[in-house]
Amino acid sequence: MPHNWIPNSSPDVKKELMRELGISDVLDLFNDIPPEIMLNRGLSVGFGKPLTEYGVRRLFNEIISKNRLSTTPSFIGGGVCQHYVPSVVKAVLSRPEFYTAYTPYQAEIAQGLLQALFEYQSLMANLYGVKIVNASMYNGSTASAEAVLMAARVKKRKKVLVSDSVHPEIIDVLRSWGFGAGLEIVKVRVDLKSGETDLSDLRSKLDQNVAAVFIQTPNFFGVVESAIKEIIDETHRFNALSIVYSNPLTLGVFEAPGNLGADIVVGDVQGLGISLNYGGPSAGILGINDDKELLRQLPGRLIGATRTQGGDELGFTMILQTREQHIKREKATSNITTNSSLEAVGAAVYLTLLGSQGLRKLGEAILGRTHYLIKRLLSAGVAEPLFPESLHFREVGVRFRGKDADQVIKSLSSRGIGIGPALSRFYRELSDCSLVCVTELHARKDIDLLVEVLEEALGGG
Amino acid sequence: MPFRQAKWDEPIIFEVSDFSKQTFLIDEEFADEASEALSKVPKSLARGSELKIPNLSEVEVVRHYNRLSQMSYGVDVGPVPLGSCTMKYNPKICEELASDPRITDLHPYQDEEEVQGVLEIMYLMQRWLSEITGMDECSLQPPAGAAGEFVGALIMKKYHHDRGNDNKNEMIVPEAAHGSNPASSAMAGFKVVKIPTAPNGETDIEALKSVLSDNTAGLMLTNPNTLGIFESGIIEISDLIHGKDALMYYDGANLNGILGVVRPGDMGFDIVHLNLHKTFAAPHGGGGPGAGAVCVKKGLVDYLPVPIVGFDGRSYKLRYDLSRTIGRVSWFYGNVVPIVKSFIYIATLGPALREVAEVSVLNTNYLMSKLRRLRGVTLPYGENRWRKHEFVVSFENLLKETGVSAEDVAKALLDRGLHAPTIYFPLIVKEAHMIEVTETETKENIDRLAKAYEEIVELAYRDPQAVKSSPTNTSVKRLDVLVANHPKTMAPTYEYLSRLSGQET
Repeated sequence: MPHNWIPNSSPDVKKELMRELGISDVLDLFNDIPPEIMLNRGLSVGFGKPLTEYGVRRLFNEIISKNRLSTTPSFIGGGVCQHYVPSVVKAVLSRPEFYTAYTPYQAEIAQGLLQALFEYQSLMANLYGVKIVNASMYNGSTASAEAVLMAARVKKRKKVLVSDSVHPEIIDVLRSWGFGAGLEIVKVRVDLKSGETDLSDLRSKLDQNVAAVFIQTPNFFGVVESAIKEIIDETHRFNALSIVYSNPLTLGVFEAPGNLGADIVVGDVQGLGISLNYGGPSAGILGINDDKELLRQLPGRLIGATRTQGGDELGFTMILQTREQHIKREKATSNITTNSSLEAVGAAVYLTLLGSQGLRKLGEAILGRTHYLIKRLLSAGVAEPLFPESLHFREVGVRFRGKDADQVIKSLSSRGIGIGPALSRFYRELSDCSLVCVTELHARKDIDLLVEVLEEALGGG
Repeated sequence: MPFRQAKWDEPIIFEVSDFSKQTFLIDEEFADEASEALSKVPKSLARGSELKIPNLSEVEVVRHYNRLSQMSYGVDVGPVPLGSCTMKYNPKICEELASDPRITDLHPYQDEEEVQGVLEIMYLMQRWLSEITGMDECSLQPPAGAAGEFVGALIMKKYHHDRGNDNKNEMIVPEAAHGSNPASSAMAGFKVVKIPTAPNGETDIEALKSVLSDNTAGLMLTNPNTLGIFESGIIEISDLIHGKDALMYYDGANLNGILGVVRPGDMGFDIVHLNLHKTFAAPHGGGGPGAGAVCVKKGLVDYLPVPIVGFDGRSYKLRYDLSRTIGRVSWFYGNVVPIVKSFIYIATLGPALREVAEVSVLNTNYLMSKLRRLRGVTLPYGENRWRKHEFVVSFENLLKETGVSAEDVAKALLDRGLHAPTIYFPLIVKEAHMIEVTETETKENIDRLAKAYEEIVELAYRDPQAVKSSPTNTSVKRLDVLVANHPKTMAPTYEYLSRLSGQET
């Protein structure tokens, strides 16, 4: 069945190729497959026959017209939120020299891609206040899991403390990944007044068997962990490693975790030029504050600058590949091969477009909106912030005073406004709570509308 | 026509221009609220350290990255015959449709009723990939192939654990396997047991028998293997493994050579992972993102990562009710955008998918037939066997006779405007070139590749230094990897590089 995506599928070309091989039927090339396992029917996939481009376009449009987007920018939070994606980022990421390239194993013909990734590593290392950031992991959740595995290898210890204020799906991922390595993942309580990690619970659980303490700030509830420095210092007292997950969009406003003493930093580039994509792809950020022991155990690709042989021209290439699976096999620091290079380049493009001033302004724009939302909720008095006294960024936990959160979310959704996720999904005791997220996309009237609609939905309650 | 790659004297982004020129416009509508909030931030938590991000105008940013892109090379520029990487053409319709905001602006926590379209696509992909692999159910959650392997290994681990067989802690992996196989096994807590390849290019079945024991958890196999040779003893292998109550794992990173011809499920495999960014035409993105999928036979469905997409006859749902699930291996539901691209690819080709296998295998053997005749080139293992999606030749003789290595030949290919194949892999072949032209390369380009090899080999015998001094037509000449990797000169960021240049001056 000839197809124009397959140039040599026309019968004449096939014949010519077969002549070189001295065969008359393509199936001769499969004569070493036991006949009893050959598939003796056509695959039942697709829609029965090859489709024209206009046919597939129409079919696709019919299917995705069943997807609904809210009328205002989405207020749904939970680790990823709707942000603006500049046209420049889209334009650069659609350069086919980038997106149709493979991993730059042949450095000399891939200098541009390598330089872009080197710049990503440099920008991110400065943003997070660490020495080295790798060329990306799949996303924030797997970067977190790799960070924890790396810490356990370095410390040769099996216990990892994770704050219950960390994204619950990240904690799930740590458990799944830790299962293979025999890690014990122990949760540290959240203080129910502040929404921050409970320091006394952390102290009671820290001991010499702990490889690492994993904290997220701003955490899953959008609350800034104001005692982050104490947590890091406490972690170090037990010679354990401090892993801090941060959203890069906060780092124009808040101090970089690496500068506060974190040994390993993690994050995700979603929002930094990368769309929601129904959860993926994005790129995971993984950085370290040490260029010896942690570097030996660092997973993933790393790009380095170098010189031409016998010359002095600057160039870039992948470095320290002896840590990686294609060389070290079962002794590798990770199995990771494919990463999220393109999304990493996207994040670098947005960062350079924003500049340090723009990044700070963007952080303030989000922080200001978050503050406004909390003030509006407090004054309206129908749905109250879960942690009204705490400093929030982007996301806010909201309580509906006994009303089932799923019902409230559905009711808002029918008015074209998306909030969520319901916190009951992750914490049984928070059945009447939901997250709400605000970003630079929300105008004052959007936030006012949200509060109004909440009043209507909860009215009389 | 000689090849010459673009060579811009493009500075590193930190040196493009004056550091504080412009910034992307961000509103200050909420400046009052922001300063109120900032006043509550303790000084120690406010950003005090320098943010070293250049402030450039939009045109400077665009030119910088466009110039960098011109010093890069992908399938849309020319052939990329990297073996095992399946660098096929990425149809533009897939790219365009998958960038629709009704996909890219969907939030993973939106109510299922609002995302029926994308769930339908994912559900159909689970069905189609099950049909293609001969399995019963798939999870699309793994973000890439290696993550899929890891999932497969974790499923094995939990399966044996649930049956009280914690003694089953050995994973058998052929020496010719991809490095990610042993690495994934180790991450799942298995001891890796290696077995060699027989002279006919297939797994050495006697060696397999000798390492089989009650501790065997499973076998990870690629079939066709990394030499491109189909394991014709697969039924016996699978019976041997199952006879030890162990599981068969299929590395389906690359299904190009058997698509629609023979299915892993019918070969006796229990678990398969697929790289949608290889066989199913989602682009490689310069290293990623990709998308993995893991498919299993009936008895293992309950072990899949959650959620998977279900259909109750009326609507699509995210199903979390898998009783023995290994949990989540990544947050949310997988790399959805590449999944959508692959959906459009499969939907477009439908039954013509089989043509992919037929033509890629035809192309492979055609090129192999031309290359094996060249001086200094040998075809190790299974000399009389057809290859499937790829083949591996050795330049061991060329190296001995001329001093020109597999790497030198690779660099000389770059000079002719052709990307090099995978080199020095699989490890069982010395001075290896692992070559895969896929079904999307034209006969003319395959001939061009053969011709380039011929020229390079002839040049190696005539003037080896000329080959060894390549590449000269790429953006830079050959790079010094020793400097790049030496602890004293390593420079993974601009900070390191600046420090090093400071020392020099």
